[in-house]
Amino acid sequence: MTSRVDRTVGKNVSRVDGHAKVTGQAVYVDDLTTPGALFGGTVRSAVARGTLRGIRKDPSFDWTGITVVTAADIPGDNVVALIEDDQPLLAKDAIRHVYEPVALVACDDPVRLQQAIAAITLDVEPLPPVLSIEDAEAKKQIIYGKDNVQKRYVIEHELGGKTIDELILACDVVVTGRYAVHHQEQMYIEPQGMVAHWQEAGEGAEAGVGDGVHVTGSLQCPFYVHKAMKRAFALEGDRVHIGQAVTGGGFGGKEEYPSILAAHAALLSKVAGKPVRMIYGRKEDIEATTKRHPARIEITTGCTKAGELVALKVECAMDGGAYVTLTPVVLSRGILHAAGAYKWKHARIHGWAVATNTPPNGAFRGFGAPQTIWAIERHMDRIAEKLGKDPLTLRQQNLLAIGAVTVTGQTLTQSVGVVECIEKAVKSSDYFAKRAAYAKPSPAAGSRTRTRRGIGAAVFMHGAGFTGSGERRLKGKVQVDLEPGGRLRVRSASTDIGQGTETIFRQIAADAAELPFDTIEIETPNTSNVPDSGPTVASRTVMVVGSIVGKGAKMIADRVRASGTGDFATLADALLAREKKVSTLVEYEPPVAVQWNDDTYRGDAYPCYAWACDIAEVEVDLDTFETKVIGFWAAQDIGKAIHPIMCAGQVEGGTLQAIGWALYENLVMKDGHILNARMTNYVIPTSKDAPPFTTFLVEHPFSGGPSGAKGVGELPMDGGAPAIAAAVEQAIGALCNDLPLLPEDLFRAKSKSQVARS
Amino acid sequence: MIRFKVNGTVRETDAPPMARLLDVLRVPLGLTGTKEGCGEGECGACSVMLDGVPVNSCLVAVGQCEGREVVTVEGLAHGAELTPLQRAFIEDGGAQCGICTPGMLVAAEALLRRNTSPTDDDVRDAIAGNLCRCTGYQRIVDSIQAAAAAVRAKTSKASKASKAGGETGA
Ligand code: FES
Ligand code: FES
Repeated sequence: MTSRVDRTVGKNVSRVDGHAKVTGQAVYVDDLTTPGALFGGTVRSAVARGTLRGIRKDPSFDWTGITVVTAADIPGDNVVALIEDDQPLLAKDAIRHVYEPVALVACDDPVRLQQAIAAITLDVEPLPPVLSIEDAEAKKQIIYGKDNVQKRYVIEHELGGKTIDELILACDVVVTGRYAVHHQEQMYIEPQGMVAHWQEAGEGAEAGVGDGVHVTGSLQCPFYVHKAMKRAFALEGDRVHIGQAVTGGGFGGKEEYPSILAAHAALLSKVAGKPVRMIYGRKEDIEATTKRHPARIEITTGCTKAGELVALKVECAMDGGAYVTLTPVVLSRGILHAAGAYKWKHARIHGWAVATNTPPNGAFRGFGAPQTIWAIERHMDRIAEKLGKDPLTLRQQNLLAIGAVTVTGQTLTQSVGVVECIEKAVKSSDYFAKRAAYAKPSPAAGSRTRTRRGIGAAVFMHGAGFTGSGERRLKGKVQVDLEPGGRLRVRSASTDIGQGTETIFRQIAADAAELPFDTIEIETPNTSNVPDSGPTVASRTVMVVGSIVGKGAKMIADRVRASGTGDFATLADALLAREKKVSTLVEYEPPVAVQWNDDTYRGDAYPCYAWACDIAEVEVDLDTFETKVIGFWAAQDIGKAIHPIMCAGQVEGGTLQAIGWALYENLVMKDGHILNARMTNYVIPTSKDAPPFTTFLVEHPFSGGPSGAKGVGELPMDGGAPAIAAAVEQAIGALCNDLPLLPEDLFRAKSKSQVARS
Repeated sequence: MIRFKVNGTVRETDAPPMARLLDVLRVPLGLTGTKEGCGEGECGACSVMLDGVPVNSCLVAVGQCEGREVVTVEGLAHGAELTPLQRAFIEDGGAQCGICTPGMLVAAEALLRRNTSPTDDDVRDAIAGNLCRCTGYQRIVDSIQAAAAAVRAKTSKASKASKAGGETGA
């Protein structure tokens, strides 16, 4: 079919929000002008666990013009509505972590605000806190349910009446390993913030805005906030208006937390009767918002002498923190990725998440998968060592492929580009030659150079879209309106948080409607102006929401073209003149073939997977144990690159977050307090730490995505850390089974291995 | 009253001399293009040029700016015409979420003013004080190199043109 206009999918069109961003005109939440607004702040517990006995305001402080609110002021339910109702918006009696919000303060002067916060003291009777996974499992203190377990899942695959241990012991080669990963802070460069304005009925009517509560802020999922606000304020949905400001990065960190901040700002605004700005400083942002879940993962496997993988047992414990938040979903995705990109005849994967008295952990790019992929990829290297095989060769021997069955019983039917990913990354990096060269023993004593190099690989996949029946339950929607002049307006709740959604949706809509790119408008998400397309998470925006953006745009364009002959704009105006409103609401329907059973955890866990191979080359200083990443090759099968530069940007940015997690980032906690809640001492990679990236976008199309596109957002976060660890291991000759790999960790690993080997 | 030039115009402020330049730019002067990411000199989102040198405006007291010249992201473009750097950041993936972009552009502008043929290492050095969590820096380095190439092409054209002009005139 010849198109009526030049196609834009697959081309690097100009970023539509680019001009505003390079000229300083883009309006982020802290840039909103809000005449008469007060500044809002939070009083937090400072005790990891305890009972709140009272809140005291210093009587010698001048409280005029200062608004203070507590749990008693919440008009609806004092919960952050998400999965469980365990988290209060403001603590009423139980204190469960150090940064638990207890009271809120608003004032027109930021300096006095800080003084007022300091003039409030909390009477908290401390209780012994639970501070680690092991503490929670010991069950000396019960802080959640009857056993501290927030959620548990088991996947069993082809056990045939035997136990997994029996099946493993029947194998030629058995390998056991224990792997640990640590917290990670999202560290978007724009801290979280919300501006709220509570308007009573009638007020603001002339300004054209409805009454109720208006919140604008830095967020990923406007309808999550909407749901939480309805509950907290006992309001009908049409009185809650949640809008997105230009958002300075999210990475999952602005998925669930914004609900809390929005409700806090709105509560202050309601009580004070004025708009309220709550913009976190960096320290408060790091302390109070969610992190990546730490995890401890034990793996035992059986395989043949020739290296054929047979049986897999995974025991995965995650630290959920003080409240459930999104932990069950994170855990689910974690265990669904725990078998890696490989075929197993038999498997048992058991995962559980425990509560601790640390700040709640939540969504972070990868969402549980980076943790379990770290473990399985490190474990593959352990198996290779035992067999005396090259680790990448072992992987190649056992890869999932079209026709293969995953550990949930899913038969892969299309879009598995992993072989091509490995070929591309290997060839470009010269992996095998370098691996052999770096394996040679160090030069003779005396001629020893200070640095040694290593190269390592990771192979992995990431399920695109929601798990199992998620999309079927969610029913994401998009609306497309016809506007004068033959323009189309796409209304969706998918937020552009830097990944380029606004641009990419235009490309998809323009091509589907066969209209020029610049005739498509994308509505800025506000719950009052867009339908609920589902959250901006799970690498689902392009694949799932994008597919209905295209569908809706095509439907409208077809209606216009069917209305007569002539040019599109004229036909469109005539149609609008006749019908007043020409609009369509499209709902996502997952491919019928996708079948999933939530009770047995069997079936098609994801409609499709994105696949990848990462290769890292490092140089480690053997005196200081500093690691320099000197090269990084990422070949990733994302189905179709709608906008290649943006896709490569996702791959490189996600990979650098993974490298940071491995080599630089380390959240230090003591007694539930974060000791390094600053950019100065929670170190993320700079331009000097980042390697030059060689990125390959591999395209094995998925029939259910627009032009074949699968998700790209999270995949790159999964493989960087294990690839780095494999390279570092080769360079220093010591095991790296636990993250992070800071110089002091490598020094310890090396000292241990020398003791063990001497 | 403190007087200093901002983006070519003389501005005055009655803010206390110890007020952060960042706050004075953002609030009374309304130049919100300059961002705050940390408030302690780590992220570079608040970078502006002070007499042509990039500084973290969160660490500069406005009193130090008396009689001096500040350029913010809003002052980079020549009217409606974007600079080669701004164009390259739009086209080559230098900006994703955009929160680091104003600071990156300021740091890169300072680099290109002294060196239009930087190596990748020179570029990485010039932006080492500007954190970006989105891009992995590769596309930022590429954008800056693309802009440098555009600047070089323009100057060589201009010098050829002026040579050519000279010949005709002779
Ligand atoms: S805000 Fe100035 S360096 Fe971060
Ligand atoms: S583009 Fe988001 S921080 Fe750089």
